Amino acid sequence: MTDTSDFVRIEHAQKSFGKLEVLKDISLTVERGQIVAIIGPSGSGKSTLLRAINDLDALTGGEIWLDGVQVNKTLPHRQYEKHINEMRQQIGMVFQHFNLFPHLTVRENVTMAPMLLKDLSKAEANKLAEEQLDHVGMLERIEYYPSQLSGGQKQRVAIARALAMKPKLMLFDEATSALDPELVDEVNQVMKKLAEDHMTMIIVTHEMDFAAAVCDRVLFMDQGVVVEEGPPEVVFKNPVKDRTREFLRKHIEGAK
Amino acid sequence: MDFELMLKVYPFFLEAAWLTILLSVLTAILGLTCGALGAAARLSRFRTLRFIGAAYVSVIRGTPALIQLFILYFGGPQIGIQLDAFEAGVIGLGVNAGAYMTETIRGAIITIDKGQGEAARTLGLSQWQAMYKVILPQSARLMIRPLGVNINALIKATALVAAISVVELTYTAQRYIGSTYKPFEMFLLAGILYMIIIYVAGRGIAWLDRKAQIT
Repeated sequence: MTDTSDFVRIEHAQKSFGKLEVLKDISLTVERGQIVAIIGPSGSGKSTLLRAINDLDALTGGEIWLDGVQVNKTLPHRQYEKHINEMRQQIGMVFQHFNLFPHLTVRENVTMAPMLLKDLSKAEANKLAEEQLDHVGMLERIEYYPSQLSGGQKQRVAIARALAMKPKLMLFDEATSALDPELVDEVNQVMKKLAEDHMTMIIVTHEMDFAAAVCDRVLFMDQGVVVEEGPPEVVFKNPVKDRTREFLRKHIEGAK
Repeated sequence: MDFELMLKVYPFFLEAAWLTILLSVLTAILGLTCGALGAAARLSRFRTLRFIGAAYVSVIRGTPALIQLFILYFGGPQIGIQLDAFEAGVIGLGVNAGAYMTETIRGAIITIDKGQGEAARTLGLSQWQAMYKVILPQSARLMIRPLGVNINALIKATALVAAISVVELTYTAQRYIGSTYKPFEMFLLAGILYMIIIYVAGRGIAWLDRKAQIT
């Protein structure tokens, strides 16, 4: 295989909205197959950082690299569009609010992008969709519309939709935050399965237990900077920084 | 009330009603075209196009349709635009309706949750693919009813072209008043025919709306 040391590389990421600096010079690398959790209070910039990786929120400074290719290259508009669409096909993303396409069935939600972008025939795309939906335990609901599904089911379909593009990297933006507590686990199980398949994942989450169980590394962000990072046992059990300790204490109290 | 007279002139009104229908259909087609282009301009990433779209909407909505028709029909020849009354009527009313439809179509597009576009773009779809595969199918359903309101207004606005002597319903009513001196009966007859046209158009739109919600 190719060099795995810096599969995802974020260099001096900087983002401002007017005078408000949301990301302050963040650098970070993720190895192939690694699972990194980003935690932190709301407004810390963790979602913005995640959304910068596939350029949904463009950085105002810094570089994002995936597998040796710069994602946020400076190119003329047309060329950039072509480039970013190719890059995004390699980066799956799962949103807090699922964002399934309500006018399409579960099957069509999954087959649309592969048919449009990878020139798969209908039969090939259907087979792919069935595989991916089976993987997330949603094959039975393949002809349903999103409005007929529970939140957990929607999110599993959204994961299958992203996986159908065979991405190299998966981004999860608070994938379980909008779910009823009893539905969180079914989505977590699917994410665990992805971890076992060695998918590279960057996960913005509020679920410390899940992060501790699944992730190789945890980043704690606050006010646009990475305050602390390390293996979950260190960050969760023996954090070095006061700010991390305070956040975790509040979070645990909040959960009770 | 002179029913006998109403029955006697009725066939001539019916003929005029057909012209009103033709005017309405052509105006609606031109209006929808202008509306789609106007909405595209207003949502464009080019500032100049956005400005043109916004200017179109505010100029047309900021002036009476009757004045627009007069400028086109009476003022046109002065700047080299020669149109007969019917052409001027269709173009004037169509461009007018288009400004209202621009806002209807734009509204239905921007109401769609921005997460929809983001999800599409994240999968690698281009801006155009996201628009016609994800956004437009959803906003199309939302715009049928408000476009129906625009079409209702446009049918009634066709009465204005009587002022540039297109022989449609309103003009016909006025002409028969000249010879019969029965304004009540003549305008009533015209009104009834307008109502029938609008009722049928309304049912058609309601049917389309139901059909769009099911599939």
